[in-house]
Amino acid sequence: MIDQVFHDEWGRVLASLVGLLGDFDLAEEVTQEAFAAAVERWPRDGMPRNPGAWLTTTARHRAIDRIRRDQVLATKLRLLVTPEAEEPMTARPAIPDERLELIFTCCHPALAVEAQVALTLRALGGLSTEDLGRAFLVPTETMKRRLTRAKTKIRTAGIPFRVPPDHVLPERLATVLRVIYLIFNQGYLGPDELGAEAVRLGRVLVALMPDEPEPAGLLALMLCHHARRAARTRGGDLVLLEDQDRALWDQAMIGEGRELVRRGLARPTRGPYAVQAAIAVLQTEEPVDWPQVVALYDELVILTGSPVVELNRAAAIASAGEPGRALDLVDGLDLDGYPYLHSTRADLLRRLGRTDEAVVSYRRALELVPSDPERRFLQRRIEGLGAG
Amino acid sequence: MQYALMIHLNPSATEAMSEEEGLALTEEYMALRSDPRCLDGASLAPVDAVSTVRVQDGDALVTDGPFADTKEVLGGYYVIEADDLDAAIEFAGRIPATRMGGAVEVWPVAFRRA
Repeated sequence: MIDQVFHDEWGRVLASLVGLLGDFDLAEEVTQEAFAAAVERWPRDGMPRNPGAWLTTTARHRAIDRIRRDQVLATKLRLLVTPEAEEPMTARPAIPDERLELIFTCCHPALAVEAQVALTLRALGGLSTEDLGRAFLVPTETMKRRLTRAKTKIRTAGIPFRVPPDHVLPERLATVLRVIYLIFNQGYLGPDELGAEAVRLGRVLVALMPDEPEPAGLLALMLCHHARRAARTRGGDLVLLEDQDRALWDQAMIGEGRELVRRGLARPTRGPYAVQAAIAVLQTEEPVDWPQVVALYDELVILTGSPVVELNRAAAIASAGEPGRALDLVDGLDLDGYPYLHSTRADLLRRLGRTDEAVVSYRRALELVPSDPERRFLQRRIEGLGAG
Repeated sequence: MQYALMIHLNPSATEAMSEEEGLALTEEYMALRSDPRCLDGASLAPVDAVSTVRVQDGDALVTDGPFADTKEVLGGYYVIEADDLDAAIEFAGRIPATRMGGAVEVWPVAFRRA
């Protein structure tokens, strides 16, 4: 129970303190102290009626104590001692939700992508430096330096704590969405925790920006993939979509994704995440309407101009019954270093009965894929063609 | 906050310019210098005129050319007053070099005598 509250409230409390203090480090320290105080007191005294307000008020008091002790920061004190109700925990909090400001600060394009990712998980998700190091396969010390460097840049370069104005909002929002999707994809075959965390961040963003279509699209996309996580591997081996045990899919999560996509369809224009979400929803249906999937990929190719999207479009064309045409498209793509070009190509050749060529392409993919489950999968395919 | 905007030019971008185009470009740089947020600025001579100085064992070691030998060259700078990085980025984005194959570095100023 306390764990859940902590997870939900960390970002909110920290955001409020960053907004108040304008100092990321101090805000983080006093937020941590407030949470430590809660761990000590709540089991003894019972949970306060409004845990978030309790934590925020406690963190603010800690900040006042700190600043009183440090006369150099005396100017900040004036900001803090604005009159407040004696017992602010009893009423609904007048504390504004500043998590959106915090998200845009953490995902500011002046920060390196890996710093954006780490800082967002730390600030909004409350993940510890140790957790982050484990998730991104770097020593804790390296992760600590990464976070410190990012926070120093926020301070010295004057990165604002603000939702960007309209004229830059689309590109800034795109950065935020990319960060959340990167977190999700890191969790796709890696630690499950990150996938769940990305979904949680997606929900927060949708709640804070209910009128923006792309956050809803991203959330729907992540939900549809996350819903299938239990079916994606069997005994550590990769299971393709069409071979997955559907009983293992989280139907409630898929339903939520479908509902988000349905609402998004009512909008006049769609962004790339909304289109990908629509594709993901179609792929959870039985049978899959492949011509419709291809039509959505057509739209996505126009929106993104990405050769990887063109590759996925070709795979959909093959599933729609035209492997020959798909192969022609794949051979026109300039993606030689991309493992899934070769695995897709191999798959098409296999379906077309061109076994020898298929084996060559599977072997090329085998050299390039990054994970063991994928290598084992390709190895089985090669053996299946009698060429082990 | 104050920011130094270091303007890196791609010299080939202006080589083929007519006199009129060159004048219009200068006007644009002058207009930015006249912006009330702009505290200081300078246009620098072409890279052929640059020397680099190091001191080794007490002796000045002078070499021809800039410190970093790159295709882009430092063509000038502005020092501006801006509320935050986003405001500085907005100003930097209006500097012509950014759309002519060059780039502008945004350096927060640590100390500067008024």
